[in-house]
Amino acid sequence: MKQQFSRRSVLARIGAAMAGLLAAPAARAAKTAVQKVFVSSGAAKGYDVMKHKWLMCVDANKCIGCGLCAEACKKENNVPEGPYFRTWIERYVIPKPKPGSGETRGEPIVDSPNGGMHGFPPAAIPPSEIEHSFFVPKLCNLCEHSPCTQVCPVGATFDAPDGAVLIDPKYCIGCGFCIQACPYGCRFLNPFTKTAEKCTLCYHRITRGLKPACVEICPTQARIFGDLNNPVPDDPLQKFCDQNLVQVLKPHLGTEPRVLYAGLDKEVR
Amino acid sequence: MNEVTNLVFEVLPKFEGYAYPNEAGPHPLWGFLIVLYPYITGLVAGAFIMASLVRVFNVKALEPTYRLAMLTALSFLVCAPLPLLFHLGHPERCYEIMMTPHFTSPMAMFGFVYAWYLMAVLLLELWFDYRQDLVEWSHTTPGFKGIIYRLFTLGVTDESAEALKLDMKLGWIISIIGIPSAFLLHGYVGFIFGSVKANPWWGNVLMPIIFILSAVVSGIALCVFNYMVLTWIRRHTVDMRCLDTMAMFLFYALVVDAAVEGLDWIHRVYAAEEGFSVLRTMIREKLFYTLNLGQATVGTLVPLLLLGSLQLLRRRVPELVRRRMIFSCGVMILLGVLAMRWNVVIGGQLFSKSLRGVMGYKIQFAGVEGWLMGLVLLVLPFIILSVLVKLFLSERLPSSGHTPQDAVAADV
Repeated sequence: MKQQFSRRSVLARIGAAMAGLLAAPAARAAKTAVQKVFVSSGAAKGYDVMKHKWLMCVDANKCIGCGLCAEACKKENNVPEGPYFRTWIERYVIPKPKPGSGETRGEPIVDSPNGGMHGFPPAAIPPSEIEHSFFVPKLCNLCEHSPCTQVCPVGATFDAPDGAVLIDPKYCIGCGFCIQACPYGCRFLNPFTKTAEKCTLCYHRITRGLKPACVEICPTQARIFGDLNNPVPDDPLQKFCDQNLVQVLKPHLGTEPRVLYAGLDKEVR
Repeated sequence: MNEVTNLVFEVLPKFEGYAYPNEAGPHPLWGFLIVLYPYITGLVAGAFIMASLVRVFNVKALEPTYRLAMLTALSFLVCAPLPLLFHLGHPERCYEIMMTPHFTSPMAMFGFVYAWYLMAVLLLELWFDYRQDLVEWSHTTPGFKGIIYRLFTLGVTDESAEALKLDMKLGWIISIIGIPSAFLLHGYVGFIFGSVKANPWWGNVLMPIIFILSAVVSGIALCVFNYMVLTWIRRHTVDMRCLDTMAMFLFYALVVDAAVEGLDWIHRVYAAEEGFSVLRTMIREKLFYTLNLGQATVGTLVPLLLLGSLQLLRRRVPELVRRRMIFSCGVMILLGVLAMRWNVVIGGQLFSKSLRGVMGYKIQFAGVEGWLMGLVLLVLPFIILSVLVKLFLSERLPSSGHTPQDAVAADV
């Protein structure tokens, strides 16, 4: 008993109490700041970022190139007209090889007129000359090691613990470094706000229990979205991963994308 | 790649082949301003290295250019962050880079490296070098100018031999710290580009080294240019020993720079990694003039030949011819290094990261990223320099006559 109240232990306790008193407001302020950031990203109030792990999968075999996802995304997220897309669709047309060329296929023709928003015009070559033709929906790849987050000079863009890569628009200085660093061309500088922008997985929707706009509208369910931490019965995400061999884009860059693709061709980059 | 596949005109106006829709804007994201940023920063680092040759490496022949080189570095350093600042989407938030830096970002450190270099290296070294002169000028110069000199002494008017010795010693130490700092300043600029692995034109370990070497070359060339222009304006005769020595260092720096850049190219061609075909298209078409003509021929090969022949035949070439050769080499190198910065910055954005398309780019005249703005930003440091020269390199004010090597002699 005597030892419990030695001068040293009392001093240590007083010190600890003081430190606690000093740290508490700082911790509270930090928590408020973090919450503010998430709210500015459109998160619902009371959304617990630690309890979710979002994942997007794309079944390229199912995409019909209707462009509804790109259009829905623009409308839902108020994306400006012009070459600014949070998601888009690419069309790959691989011609048959020229006879005697010794090749298995011709030089692929890739296009994405207006991000594929209004569908695609007929291919530039007649159908009889086409060997393969397919569509690939693209969006932020939700990289595990996101190069865009790494290079942001002020930390305006960040990896949320729930798997989304977000930008705080009130903090972004508009230097464009993240846009240069993204290997997938998923970011753009909004010409009106002069800040960087990208797919947020429709953060304002998913934090309220809804699906992203592109997933919601896709008529063929080529986009599969879910929460790895809270699987639903007969989870489509799990089903997709069970049934398919999956690929990611540009794996050699070591970004470890979390958007998984099924049915990609080697030409897709 | 040859097929034109971007069918909707208003969205993808200038790409041949395919580009990600977000890349298909009318201009590259980083324009002429970002070309000027590494150019100006490189000139600072190079001019400082040139000055260090006198102070640290004790090259006596270069003494006449020591102070000019330091003032050149200062006037360009003051302008170095301007292009960066102007190109930001939100310049009013620029202080966030220093207030809440993100330590994994190569760009975040710029504020600190810059502040360190300006405050701890350049201004301090200049102040220690000039202190004795400032004290004397503040006594002899009447009027406003005298007040300026007195202000710059910062109230330290001690002219005892001991104090002067300390000045020299501290200046020498700062100069030694300054050399790695100059390398840091510009190496880091190279790293901004070299660290972008998404871009095969930029992502390269040699990039910081190439940036440093070309910076040294361009800095020495700028000193040659400034020195000759200043003597011409003042109707002085050029100190040929000094000029020949500058030409010699320029030649050696250029040899090293050309060798490393050549190594970079050999590696790129030999490894021929993913995206090599698109890079080849760029060299053959989109960057043909600035790369082959500007950077390689005008900026490297011709000066190498001219300066190299001067090393061999110096005695036999008349002074006037030598002066003209060295001066034109300096100008050519300055242009060539500007072309090199252009090729790196603009070239890296002239192809799609899908590696399926290339873009043409024509710089505008007006606008923030236009010629005019670039010209203003390139002239501005010269205006600042001329003010500095008027104040601190005036012919009417006798210099104390101490040489930068006094420190070395006194100390070592």
